[in-house]
Amino acid sequence: MNVIEVTNLVKRYGNHAAVDGVSFTVEEGEIFAILGPNGAGKTTTVESISGLRTPDSGSISVLGLDPRRDRDELRRVVGVQLQESELADHLRVWETLDLYASFYPAPRDWEGLIEDLGLADKRNTAFRKLSGGQKQRLSIALALVGNPKIAILDELTTGLDPQARRDTWQLIEDVRAGGVTVVLVTHFMEEAERLADRIALIDEGRVVALDTPAGIVSRVDTEHRLRFRPSAPIDDALLTGLPEVRAVAREGSTIVVAGTGNLVQAVMTALARQQIVANELRIEQADLDDAFVALTGRKLAS
Amino acid sequence: MLTKITAVEAKLFFREPAVWLLTILLPTFVLVVVGLLFGGDPDPALGGRRWIDIFAPSMVVMTLAILGVNLLPARLVKYREKGMLRRLSTTPANPWFLLTAQLLVNMAVAVVSVVVLIIVGNVVLEIPFPLDPIGFAVAFLVGMSALFSLGLLVAAISPTTGIATALFIPLFALVMFLGGVYLPRMLLPEFLIRIGDFTPPGVQALLDAWSGTSPQLAQLAVMGLITVLAGAVAARRFRWE
Repeated sequence: MNVIEVTNLVKRYGNHAAVDGVSFTVEEGEIFAILGPNGAGKTTTVESISGLRTPDSGSISVLGLDPRRDRDELRRVVGVQLQESELADHLRVWETLDLYASFYPAPRDWEGLIEDLGLADKRNTAFRKLSGGQKQRLSIALALVGNPKIAILDELTTGLDPQARRDTWQLIEDVRAGGVTVVLVTHFMEEAERLADRIALIDEGRVVALDTPAGIVSRVDTEHRLRFRPSAPIDDALLTGLPEVRAVAREGSTIVVAGTGNLVQAVMTALARQQIVANELRIEQADLDDAFVALTGRKLAS
Repeated sequence: MLTKITAVEAKLFFREPAVWLLTILLPTFVLVVVGLLFGGDPDPALGGRRWIDIFAPSMVVMTLAILGVNLLPARLVKYREKGMLRRLSTTPANPWFLLTAQLLVNMAVAVVSVVVLIIVGNVVLEIPFPLDPIGFAVAFLVGMSALFSLGLLVAAISPTTGIATALFIPLFALVMFLGGVYLPRMLLPEFLIRIGDFTPPGVQALLDAWSGTSPQLAQLAVMGLITVLAGAVAARRFRWE
């Protein structure tokens, strides 16, 4: 069942179309990522879904509701975590949750949320004394405290250290396991690849690909790369002669072989015939970053 | 929901001691210091009143100016700038509730502050209680509404804290000056005194009521008009983000 349907969404700021004909659907219970570089129109898209912006054209349906017309009803069933929004400096963690819980008809038990989000020992800490990661977790807690059917999370791990980021990812998986549909906005390829069931890859206000992470990657006919240090000197011709190999390059004593098809097998067999061992072998396969470059000609994130 | 938000905003107000000490105690403190130093004797030229009796309403002006054209709008602009109003508008709570809660808290603090001022002034300096209490309450409410509306107007039209501050400082100074806080009004030129009669929060109406004369309707009407106009523009122009 589709819980969100976006059709031909357009939003202009002056002459610039921030969102230029975006369409996608989100299914109940999935983690749906909207991935793209900064300024691609991701935030404008989800802000239109949450009713914060009025699209210039196109239609949006969230659980059968129109985000502008059925604002009040939408707000009870959709939890939103905004980019760059702060809370009252002097309000404590539990007070903030208690306040936000009071806005909803059937809130979650916020004591449990404090535990789940690892904020138990910060219960009585004022917002301004929290670290970046703790603020982010509180912000996620506020998006969940109303017991939403859909949680929209915008750049939720930006500014977090790697450990906090992994913890947050685990948390999002737990949220989904609890039956909440999650819409994730991110410019981190790794985040989308790890979490999302499906991804809408957005660039310059348009959807350039809409598929599972593996589906998007496989769509792009990219080559693999093989890096290794040969146990004895070899001639490039040994490798360039193979049909799977497109290019051979040397980086010091390391050889980098690029090619397609069954590249690994072909190279290993050729080396074995010469009784050469490939030391420090590494295989680099295409990922979403490569797919994005292939689809748009530009890099996803710096 | 509104009750809860108001309770939280009140809690937040009192979590910053510098803020509530300033608003609740500073006007009273200034009154007492000035009163003890220059209280003066009853003066026939002042209708038998002392100079400090006439100065006291200016401390009401000070309270209202600190709250209405400084703390209240500054806080709202800060809430907006930090994205808190926007955050609130993604929940079933209406951001208007937060604005209303802020108004209620600031008005309550103003009332407390003025009650403290009147009581301490009476006990320490023997300033009489307002002789026309109903007139005083009316003048206070009308003046406070007008000044707070101006503060909301500034908050509504200022996109950033910087611009808001640039507008508050002269507005605050003007209100304090015309309200006789910096210089006793009797030392001001006649035309400034007349202007000050009609500008929020209406120091003359407060003084009249305090001395037992009914406040002049024209003065209250002008301030009522300011409340309606400034309030309407503020409500239309107020941006949540």
